[in-house]
Amino acid sequence: MNLLTLLLALPLAGFLIALLLPRSSPHASRTWALGISLLTFVVSLALPAMFDRGAAGNQFTLDVPWISTPEIHYHVAVDGVGLWLLLLSTFLTPICVLISWRSIQNRVKEFFAFLLLLEFGLIGVFIAQDLFLFYVFWEVSLVPMYFLVGIWGHERRIYAAVKFFLFTMAGSVLMLAAIIYVYNRAGTFSYPVLLDMLQSGRLSFAPQEQLYLFLAFFIAFAIKVPIFPLHTWLPDAHVEAPTAGSVMLASVMLKMGTYGILHFCLPLFPSASRRCAPWIVVLAIIGIIYGALVSMVQPNMKKLVAYSSVSHLGFVILGIFSFTQLGLDGAVYQMLNHGISTGALFVLVGLLYERRHSLEIKDYGGVSTVAPWLATVFLITTLASIGLPTLNNFVGEFLVLQGAALANYTWAVYAAIGVILSACYMLWLYQRVFYGEAGEQVRSHLPDMNLREWAAVVPLVVMMVWMGVYSQSFLPPVSKTTARVLSQAQVNVPFQVQLRPNTEVARAR
Amino acid sequence: MSAVPISWYLTLSAVIFALGVAGFLFRHNIITVFMSIELMLNAVNLSFVTFSYQLKQVNGHLFTFFVMVVAAAEAAVGLAIILTVFKNRSTLNIDDIDSMKN
Amino acid sequence: MQLWLIPLLPFAGFLINGLFGRRFSKGVVNVFAIGSVVLSFAWVLKTILGLGDLTSAHVEHYFTWIQSGTFNIGCDFAVDRLTAVMLLVVTGVGSLIHIYAIGYMAHEHGPHHGGYYRFFAYLNLFMFFMLVLVLGANFLVLFVGWEGVGLCSYLLIGFYFDKKFATDAGNKAFIVNRIGDFGFALAMFYIVKTFGSLDFATVFQKAPTAPESALTLIGLLLMVGAAGKSAQIPLYVWLPDAMAGPTPVSALIHAATMVTAGVYMTARSFAIYSHAPAALDVIAIIGVATAFFAATIGIAQNDIKKVFAYSTVSQLGYMFLGVGSHAVSAGIYHLVTHAFFKALLFLGSGSVIHALSGEQDLRQMGGLRSKIPWTFWTMMCAAVAISGIPPFAGFFSKDAILVAAYAHAPWMYWLGTLTAGITAFYVFRAMFMAFFGDYRGHEHHPHESPPVMMIPLVILAALSLAGGYLFKVPQFLAPMFPLAEAPENFTLVAVSVGAGVAGILLAYVMYVAQPGMADSLASGMKGLYTLVYNKYFVDEIYDATVVNPLVGGSRILLWRFADVGIIDGIANGIGSRARDIGGILRRLQSGNIRSYAAWVLFGGVLVIVAMGMAGGVR
Repeated sequence: MNLLTLLLALPLAGFLIALLLPRSSPHASRTWALGISLLTFVVSLALPAMFDRGAAGNQFTLDVPWISTPEIHYHVAVDGVGLWLLLLSTFLTPICVLISWRSIQNRVKEFFAFLLLLEFGLIGVFIAQDLFLFYVFWEVSLVPMYFLVGIWGHERRIYAAVKFFLFTMAGSVLMLAAIIYVYNRAGTFSYPVLLDMLQSGRLSFAPQEQLYLFLAFFIAFAIKVPIFPLHTWLPDAHVEAPTAGSVMLASVMLKMGTYGILHFCLPLFPSASRRCAPWIVVLAIIGIIYGALVSMVQPNMKKLVAYSSVSHLGFVILGIFSFTQLGLDGAVYQMLNHGISTGALFVLVGLLYERRHSLEIKDYGGVSTVAPWLATVFLITTLASIGLPTLNNFVGEFLVLQGAALANYTWAVYAAIGVILSACYMLWLYQRVFYGEAGEQVRSHLPDMNLREWAAVVPLVVMMVWMGVYSQSFLPPVSKTTARVLSQAQVNVPFQVQLRPNTEVARAR
Repeated sequence: MSAVPISWYLTLSAVIFALGVAGFLFRHNIITVFMSIELMLNAVNLSFVTFSYQLKQVNGHLFTFFVMVVAAAEAAVGLAIILTVFKNRSTLNIDDIDSMKN
Repeated sequence: MQLWLIPLLPFAGFLINGLFGRRFSKGVVNVFAIGSVVLSFAWVLKTILGLGDLTSAHVEHYFTWIQSGTFNIGCDFAVDRLTAVMLLVVTGVGSLIHIYAIGYMAHEHGPHHGGYYRFFAYLNLFMFFMLVLVLGANFLVLFVGWEGVGLCSYLLIGFYFDKKFATDAGNKAFIVNRIGDFGFALAMFYIVKTFGSLDFATVFQKAPTAPESALTLIGLLLMVGAAGKSAQIPLYVWLPDAMAGPTPVSALIHAATMVTAGVYMTARSFAIYSHAPAALDVIAIIGVATAFFAATIGIAQNDIKKVFAYSTVSQLGYMFLGVGSHAVSAGIYHLVTHAFFKALLFLGSGSVIHALSGEQDLRQMGGLRSKIPWTFWTMMCAAVAISGIPPFAGFFSKDAILVAAYAHAPWMYWLGTLTAGITAFYVFRAMFMAFFGDYRGHEHHPHESPPVMMIPLVILAALSLAGGYLFKVPQFLAPMFPLAEAPENFTLVAVSVGAGVAGILLAYVMYVAQPGMADSLASGMKGLYTLVYNKYFVDEIYDATVVNPLVGGSRILLWRFADVGIIDGIANGIGSRARDIGGILRRLQSGNIRSYAAWVLFGGVLVIVAMGMAGGVR
């Protein structure tokens, strides 16, 4: 059996069986979800083990017809980028199950069922090689998240869920239209075939046509990332979502956008991508600085982390549109890093919330005194998030900024300001929550972490250190794939050569 | 049979359909309304068969079968709904049933 | 030679104490914490002795850290003579301060039980990062240590984390350092852009062929980084606040080792600077300006640690003056001697604070000479050393710098000499206020510190006195940084020594012979005194011009106005318009089935009519 299909089938079967479990025993649902998600993770570990690191192309391919007219295939495969994003999804799902163990008390069965359905959708997004199949998975992942926010969220959950849904839908209908247009032009939904046709010249889009198609795809992805100024759904969705929802949303769902840009926009519409790059980079840099500044003044922890995501994802976009090998590698690495470290931040904020039942920063202070280990783990995560060397984010940020500097030095100068600001908002948060005198509320409500919470957090911390110290475990397959993307985008500029004269950039500003 | 011109069939179909519409609009009893719907469906069926015969194509017959299946399903579900409505409200007057509005 | 063992020993100490220290007794914590650092020192000695004369760098490659395309950064360590000097200072002085800390932190219990093991874990972590910084064979590994020591500095400044001023100071240190790191990072990006590599060997070998404009830009950006880490104008503001940390931290991190990292880095990159004279000039000017500026602030401080903090800023300025005047080896020389006497001054003041149970205000001291004589005499050795009195350690290095400065630009020499006088004045002012006159404090039984604290003091005192003779750093570094040809100029030496002596005498007159004189002078020049006492209001100016506008602007303009007001407003506006339209259309939904049917009929008729008017279907 095809490994990827097995990986899809496991959470789907898990979802269906979870629906059949008796409502009266929530514990069975929890255990089932944990078991099946762990099993999925273990199976997914076979992917990197069996992945041919030397090859750039798709692997584990399975291509069978699904619908004959229009010709839609069930076509799955992974490349070096999808590989790690898939692994990120399967890695985080058991962690989400663990942290929802106690905090979800109503409709337990449905919650864990939706979590598994979400995993199914996310895995599908990263392996679908058929545009229509991709769109199906894209929407499938939207539905469980809508319910996770809408049912198990906090006070304003309906508003946030609807906003999240509408924003994403607004983008994805554009994408659907573009997909159908491409099908009409090319007669196929198959992504590899499309690339082949583009490379051989059997298919080509007129510049104007390409621009519109690019924008249709790009806007759908940009909303998901989110790129400034399409980001306002994110803080609301994060604040209202339950912890597991926030984790999956920030860590994996946002990467669907950046993955889409990297995987579809660049290779399918190379010249439009290049034409738009300076504008997009400007938006990315605005996002980096703006997200950081707004994050700095948030009174709510989750909102703070949400805005910091806007800032971090700006780096990813900057890296992608620098069109350098370093920038692309860094962007992909930064996707994974953000998944781990921001995921961990949301987990830890969730732990605080579970204890104190507040997300307001002012309700905390002095947590270090009563929960030193929680404080230590939070500190490590904070440091990872602000890009301390030897922790994961540093490698990604360095590569992105270096790539941006090679493309255009000014970009790097502005983007690097975000690195200063990230230290400001994260350390300030840490100081206000963990340092100082512990108040009565904090003293009586904040025990240190228990075994289950350790089990959820330790893997994240281990990954932060591993990815920071030995990036060679992860980067080579990524490099292979990004090099291919660059060549498909036909702008594989040789190392050290400036991409373009500065006039383009000047015009962009 | 070939003596009967096609327009007769179509006229009959239109008349039955108009009767259905009138019944739907002016009767108060749900059951009657329901029967009016069936009447309209069958009027359409009649024109499908007519055209199918006239054009020597099988598509019209096919559609008729579809419509019949749908009509049967509708009758089953619809009657069940009507029964429930009657059980809950003890009325079959269509104007009294407007809970969808609120 | 297993260079990796040097930093990894303290790291092992950190891991053991950090993970399990809570369950250890203080004795066990000491074994791991001090043992690891002393072993590391021993390994440094063995390494340096084993590597012979070290005329060329000994490089060890461990693994590829980051690789992307052809760009490759290894986790590489290297030792050459400059590194050897730094290694000895860091592990040597570091060991002494670790030992001292056993005594100083002995009473540590605090609100958070287990502060003791936490302190030593952080201290070991600091040693790890500092050694990585020194050993790194490329800019990025250096940067690892660079950021890492900043982190430890943050943690240790905010060690008493229930005190707001301490954590504020920690944040300030980290963020100001980040601004410096911003410069450093940009320098690295430009280095890669220019040279295609970050390895010291490659970059420095190619440096002479690179355009001068690129080298100048790189040099200036590196200097931004150095200014952050080594507390130079305009980024010096964090260092005085950093004194909120325990005193051994001030001695180790904020005097002897970490803050000198900037000097080390500029010395290391001298191959770049030697082809960028403009950048070098900037270094010299920043150095001498900082030296003078910080020294004047030191005059009016009453907190004993603040005095020495500003003194550190000032002395670091001297080191940069040395590097900027092409006398790199003199700068490093001063780095070494400064590590001895400034660590001693801090440890001594720690001993004073320990004796007075936490009192740091000079006005609450006095007459301690007879009560804690060992502390007094050891600190006196450091005081004469820093004042540049021959033949003590500070004299040799400061003299070397000033002579080089004269060759570079005479006005720098004169300003440096004036600063030397001021330095002698404020150091002896602090000494006289603490140890002479009558006791003015509240603690009834000032007591001498335990031997575990005094032994490091005595060793450092010996080094402060004789270190200049024992370690001829410029000669040792001569293969890397050729000695200047300038002949010994006795007039210059005499003038600078004279300035030091004059400073001491002035302090004696003002604070011992005629104790009232200082106060009357201060009230005589009230405006100037207020200005200096308040450190020229630099913190306030930064707050008003940078911090407050940034925070306020973000809150009001960006968040409330732009984000919530405009962007979200537009999104919600579209939503509510759609809702309005829906509200109108809703009226059609009467809920009456027959009205729906009528609408359907109406619509059907409308369509038929429309089709009829259009001429039917074709």
